[in-house]
Amino acid sequence: MSWFNKLYETFIEDNRYMWLVEGLGNTLLITLCALVIGVLIGTVIAVVKYFCEDDKKLRVFSWLCDLYTTVIRGIPITVLLLVFFFIVLASADGIIVAIVAFGINSGAYMAELIRSGINAVDKGQMEAARSLGLSKGQAMVKIIFPQAIKNILPAIGNECIALLKETSVAGYVAIVDVTRAATNIRNKTFDAFNPIILLALIYLVMVVIMTKLLSILERRLKKSDGK
Amino acid sequence: MENKNIVISTKDLKKDFENLQVLCGIDVDIYKGDVVCVIGASGSGKSTFLRCLNLLEKPTSGSILFDGEDLTQAKVDLNLHRQKMGMVFQQFNLFPHLTILQNLTLAPMMLKKIPRAQAEEKAMALLARVGLDDRAASYPNQLSGGQKQRVAIVRALCMEPEVMLFDEPTSALDPEMVGEVLDVMKELAEDGMTMVVVTHEMGFAREVADRILFIDQGIILEEGSPEEFFGNPKMPRTKDFLSKVL
Repeated sequence: MSWFNKLYETFIEDNRYMWLVEGLGNTLLITLCALVIGVLIGTVIAVVKYFCEDDKKLRVFSWLCDLYTTVIRGIPITVLLLVFFFIVLASADGIIVAIVAFGINSGAYMAELIRSGINAVDKGQMEAARSLGLSKGQAMVKIIFPQAIKNILPAIGNECIALLKETSVAGYVAIVDVTRAATNIRNKTFDAFNPIILLALIYLVMVVIMTKLLSILERRLKKSDGK
Repeated sequence: MENKNIVISTKDLKKDFENLQVLCGIDVDIYKGDVVCVIGASGSGKSTFLRCLNLLEKPTSGSILFDGEDLTQAKVDLNLHRQKMGMVFQQFNLFPHLTILQNLTLAPMMLKKIPRAQAEEKAMALLARVGLDDRAASYPNQLSGGQKQRVAIVRALCMEPEVMLFDEPTSALDPEMVGEVLDVMKELAEDGMTMVVVTHEMGFAREVADRILFIDQGIILEEGSPEEFFGNPKMPRTKDFLSKVL
């Protein structure tokens, strides 16, 4: 019985479970927005590199992309978060800072992923599209990119999961995500066990749901792979 | 050639890869309605020659006149010219994420702004001609090699090209499927399509071609009608090659 009392004290009293719900909302908001930014940045970089690498005049853009991925991948996300919180976006709202920092971080990894997906599409596909009269850009949009995305979907899934879990360090810059909410409860109630176990379960359940959604998407895209 | 309209004309066409000279100056005129078969050993440059014609390979020097315009000049609208040159690849290169019908209608709808209904009607009519109208909703990976290649031919035809380029269209096929593809090509030739065919199918070349080009070490070593080429080859290298393949 005393465990249930403990649970009551930890989570129900003063509506402390709402802290977790709000924290969870922030975690999801940061993850989703960062994901969108990450995919956009990643796509732009991958496409720019595809078009500019072989062109002497445009090669400078390719170098800029390399610089971005090198710098971002070379800095731990916690440090990046601090940089954005205290230096680059010092006056912005914490959630915005987190979205930008995680988005930019994710973009660097997405770029490499998407680039590998594009490179894995048989070069005959581009040739066939060009031979029909499509421009390089049209061929990219209609022919290459859809196939590239399909190839890398499992890897994108991994990146989504990693991103979701990485947001647990957002508390570093005074954002109340679900991890920070659990910590707050722990500090308030001096109960470490229950908030931490529940926190772990929350992440686990979210990851399981994400995995499920991705496998549904994957199956739908597999339609064209034959009987 | 009763009709002297030149469709494609190359002048001193050269192509280097790094330090390797693959094409060493090719001059050829292709007339309207002409069926030209390009033969030669592997590595002779025949595929490179074909791929230069629609600039999938950028020639190192020389010119390619198509419809009176030099395609090697930077200012020509290459995409527009490519719409008029159909190409069929050894590896089919159908778009695997699109259905057969979508493969066929993509370019006409996108580039020529043909309404969907009209593009689909034309595609279905052409598919019926190659006996594949029942596969319109399938995806490429559900088709056999021969079927894929017939679809690939139809895909090129949907753009109503002035000339069709074939890059070893039967080399990746199982032997029993070669015939069905060659039959489609024969029909095309009989309809008066201008065709340039890189092939190892000597029987097809002998039967269908108006002219044979024998490419060896980056030049046209010998050219002529199938009768004179196969019946009475002049160069020792040509005799040697033919003795091995016939």
